[in-house]
Amino acid sequence: MSLENFLIMRQELLMVAVVLILLMAEIFISQENRKHISTFSVVLFSLVTIAGFFPSPSGSLFGGMYIASGTTTIMKNVLNIGILLVIIQSITWLRKIENSEKVSEYYILLISTAIGMNYMISAGHFLMFYIGIELATIPVAALAAFDRMKNKSAEAGIKLILSSAFSSGILLYGLSIIYGTTGTLYFSEVSKLFTSNSLQTLGFIFFFSGMAFKISIVPFHLWTADVYEGSPINITSYLSVISKGAAVFVLVIILFTVFTAIVKTWQSTIYVVSVLTMTVANLFAIRQQNLKRFLAFSSISQAGYILLGVIGGNELGMASIIYYILVYVFSNLGAFGVVTAISNQSGKENMDDYNGLYHTNPKLSLIMTLALFSLAGIPPVAGFFGKFFLFTAAAQKGFYLLVLIAVLNTIISLFYYLLVVKAMFINKSDSPIEKFRSDFPTRLALGICIAGLVITGFASVIFDAIRNLSFGI
Amino acid sequence: MTNFGYTIWIPLLPFLMFLLLGLAGNKLKAKLSGLLGTAGLAVITILSYFTAYKYFFGGENAEEGFQKIQAFNTVWLNLTDKLHIDLGILLDPISVMMLVVITTVSLMVHIYSLGYMKGEKGFERFFAFLSLFSFSMLGLVVATNIFQMYIFWELVGVSSFLLIGFYYTKPSAVRASKKAFIVTRFADLGFLIGILILSFNTKTFDFITLTDPSGPAFSQSTSAAFMGLSVMTWSMIFIFMGGVGKSAMFPFHVWLPDAMEGPTPVSALIHAATMVVAGVYLVARMFPIFSLTAPVALHVVAYVGAFSSLFAAIIACTQTDIKRVLAYSTMSQIGYMMLALGVSGYGGHEGLGYMASMFHLFTHAMFKALLFLGAGAIIHAVHSNDMTDMGGLRKYLPITHMTFLIACLTIAGIPPLSGFFSKDEILAAALHSNKLLFAVEYLVAGLTAFYMFRLYFSIFWGKDTHYHHTPHEAPFTMTIPLMILAVGSIVTGFIPFNELVTSDGKPFESELELMVAIPSVLVALFGIGFAYLLYFKTNGLPDKVAGFFKYGYKWAYNKFYIDEVYIFVTKQVIFRYISTPIAWFDRHVVDATMNLIASTTQNVSFRIRDFQSGQIQKYAFVFITGAVMLAILFIYFLN
Repeated sequence: MSLENFLIMRQELLMVAVVLILLMAEIFISQENRKHISTFSVVLFSLVTIAGFFPSPSGSLFGGMYIASGTTTIMKNVLNIGILLVIIQSITWLRKIENSEKVSEYYILLISTAIGMNYMISAGHFLMFYIGIELATIPVAALAAFDRMKNKSAEAGIKLILSSAFSSGILLYGLSIIYGTTGTLYFSEVSKLFTSNSLQTLGFIFFFSGMAFKISIVPFHLWTADVYEGSPINITSYLSVISKGAAVFVLVIILFTVFTAIVKTWQSTIYVVSVLTMTVANLFAIRQQNLKRFLAFSSISQAGYILLGVIGGNELGMASIIYYILVYVFSNLGAFGVVTAISNQSGKENMDDYNGLYHTNPKLSLIMTLALFSLAGIPPVAGFFGKFFLFTAAAQKGFYLLVLIAVLNTIISLFYYLLVVKAMFINKSDSPIEKFRSDFPTRLALGICIAGLVITGFASVIFDAIRNLSFGI
Repeated sequence: MTNFGYTIWIPLLPFLMFLLLGLAGNKLKAKLSGLLGTAGLAVITILSYFTAYKYFFGGENAEEGFQKIQAFNTVWLNLTDKLHIDLGILLDPISVMMLVVITTVSLMVHIYSLGYMKGEKGFERFFAFLSLFSFSMLGLVVATNIFQMYIFWELVGVSSFLLIGFYYTKPSAVRASKKAFIVTRFADLGFLIGILILSFNTKTFDFITLTDPSGPAFSQSTSAAFMGLSVMTWSMIFIFMGGVGKSAMFPFHVWLPDAMEGPTPVSALIHAATMVVAGVYLVARMFPIFSLTAPVALHVVAYVGAFSSLFAAIIACTQTDIKRVLAYSTMSQIGYMMLALGVSGYGGHEGLGYMASMFHLFTHAMFKALLFLGAGAIIHAVHSNDMTDMGGLRKYLPITHMTFLIACLTIAGIPPLSGFFSKDEILAAALHSNKLLFAVEYLVAGLTAFYMFRLYFSIFWGKDTHYHHTPHEAPFTMTIPLMILAVGSIVTGFIPFNELVTSDGKPFESELELMVAIPSVLVALFGIGFAYLLYFKTNGLPDKVAGFFKYGYKWAYNKFYIDEVYIFVTKQVIFRYISTPIAWFDRHVVDATMNLIASTTQNVSFRIRDFQSGQIQKYAFVFITGAVMLAILFIYFLN
């Protein structure tokens, strides 16, 4: 391999290097220096994130198995920002005594999944894609069960591994049908040979179901709430933002490059499932009391909106998806950040516990409000522009009814997002969460989220840059 | 063209001052924030004078008259290629004149307030609001387009609201501020409608294009008609409605007397010299359109102005609160200005009324500010607004006495003071076009002299009242502005307005018409004489006169019951027969529909919760069912 080949794959290779370094550190670092591992990981991953922004060559490796382009690079960068935020947010939790033994383990697992995501985004072949998706999933199951002593956490790990095994089975079934009917697994060749006969449609539907599981689209979403609730909060936020974002990116790339022959079919599929996803998730979200569960359903409904960017198959759609995920990274991690901070401090996770939070912790309340406003899409926060572009992309292709349904769902979602805001600002409480000051990593992560929300909302250069790298069918 | 780009600082500086005082005011010492505000205003006053000098005497405008200069412009909202909303600075004779008026009076009021408001709670807030007002008013007069004017028009409304309600712990002040805001806001609705009609027909907001007699706006806009009047006439009438509200003309005048609840310097600045003449300025700004395409609307202006001036003058004769007398006097004088615009033609000597109106606006700003500030000094000394509590104050307040006398003589129109000249031009303009209005204005001139000297004699002469503690002259910060404004009232009459501020920018010949001037002075002297008889010494005459008019007096004393009419219409008619049914509809139909939707959503979400059972085998079942259903759907139904 020449240097240029290394550069093409630099993001994955750097992450592999980070994982190896951490493994070595685990072995060689003395007990007293263990506590620096977190900082060390943050620094290393920051370097990886920054390296991603340097211009680099595009091209393919391993005979077309691996493809890197401007689009994949920007997708990976968006995810890296999110992963970095999760890593920073985890520090406080990892400092707890029961976790102190497993710090590097945590980072190794987390970054391994990131490697898997990067490979699946860059895949040019279904096998590569499948390896990536498994690498991105299996370590997460271990992470979900990270609180070994807690039943719920163990349950979450088991449920995640079982249902993802199930979905992988379906996905592989779909891939085998595709292979059987076309004789190849290369994206470029499959796209040429694919037609809309029944068998291939079945293959596509199975493939789509597998992906829908990862993105947690209704009716493939049922694992989500239980796993999100049981997992440690940082893993929940990781699942709801990073894993989901990566799966959306892959889905977009594959739909736009491989299944171009059956556009009509997948458009109708997405039409159906996005209406279901938005509506059902919102109906469930209304009733949730546990904030992790609440955010789980909110993230399912967000996936429904994201599908509006996919359905048009146009360049604006892809740009708006990448932009939306970027905004979603900041807003969801902002919301999760507040939940994490409060949970770390008081162990409370229910909506009632948030009553009167504004009076004791005004800053956290304001951050939460801003993040929730962004999720709900209230101008002038970034989330508004994100939704606006998604809806525009769908409307451009004439899906007016779908946009209307999405807008109605936004109104429902506004209701439950505002429930939290109401709890914090208006509701009275006899025993509100006490005033506390978060430690530096938490404040840093929240600060980045808020800055990101404001900047991505107001700096049009970001959207323009994304748009220049996007493509449609 | 001379570079006027620096004029952007004239509105911008007060705005920055507002931000500074508004945000950091409570951290500064009260005195420092007052001085800062005043210093900022002093700077822009100098800039304005400099601009006026450069504009009028720069020597470049002498040949073809004064041109409109766009000193600064930036596109704010782009609606279509042609229709866009700009923000900028437009310099022409009237806007430059207004810059001088606003900065002069505002500076005087700032200095005066340093003394008057000393020790008040919220001193820095007061100066922050004054800066906001100055910014808004300056932005209004230099607006390059009607939409910018509308924006600043509302901003002066807000600042006026804030300043009237400055003593927000006093219920009457709060009521007055709400009243002022709501009444003017209602009138501004007409303004907005007018703007929309106008811009729809002319496809532009820009003043230069709009008011150019050979421009596209005129040719495009004359055809369409509605209910017997051209669309342009309608739009002008609606726009004038905004002016009626802001300038407190009948029937939207009810807010002005109540606005006197604000601190007296505010009354001098906003409710006498600057904001209330915005309506006059608006008509002057749009004058070519009024005059050339909408003469009917101009007649409306003339009659509204004339009626208001008479109406207010009669009420002023009966009031005893000195600030309210001045408020009605303001309304009456603005009526004069409106009338002058209404009877004016466009271009050359025809435009005498236009010139006279602007002239009177200028002189009125000086002497009315002086009157109000003088009234402030009196109130400061005796702690009462009511003239029945006063008398013989000339001994205690010598400076206030002299300056107040000068102002009274000026407003009465005694030569050679400024009011004489400007009023004379208005009467001359009226004489040449409408004899009825001319006669009305003569009557008003007499009434004006009477009620002003009624005020003067009651305060400074009349009975020797015994005060609880001896009234004392105001501090220098208050008397110096009085003296400066008194000088202004005396000398501004000699400014040759006919060469500077004219309807088409070109100078014309104008001379004193003795046929008009001599009788008007006689009428004024008669009014003063009558007031002397009644009020110079305490006697029973005023009551006898009041008894002679009996019902008329009672009506005028109660301001012709206009307030009661408004209350009847809003409370008894609008609230009962319109608002209540709408509220019922809103609560029982609109809200109920929404509640139904919400409860349906809740119910559905309750019913489907069983899907989320927690059993993973069930999840797998749903998963596979979903995949199979999709497959069936696409293979057998949609393929």
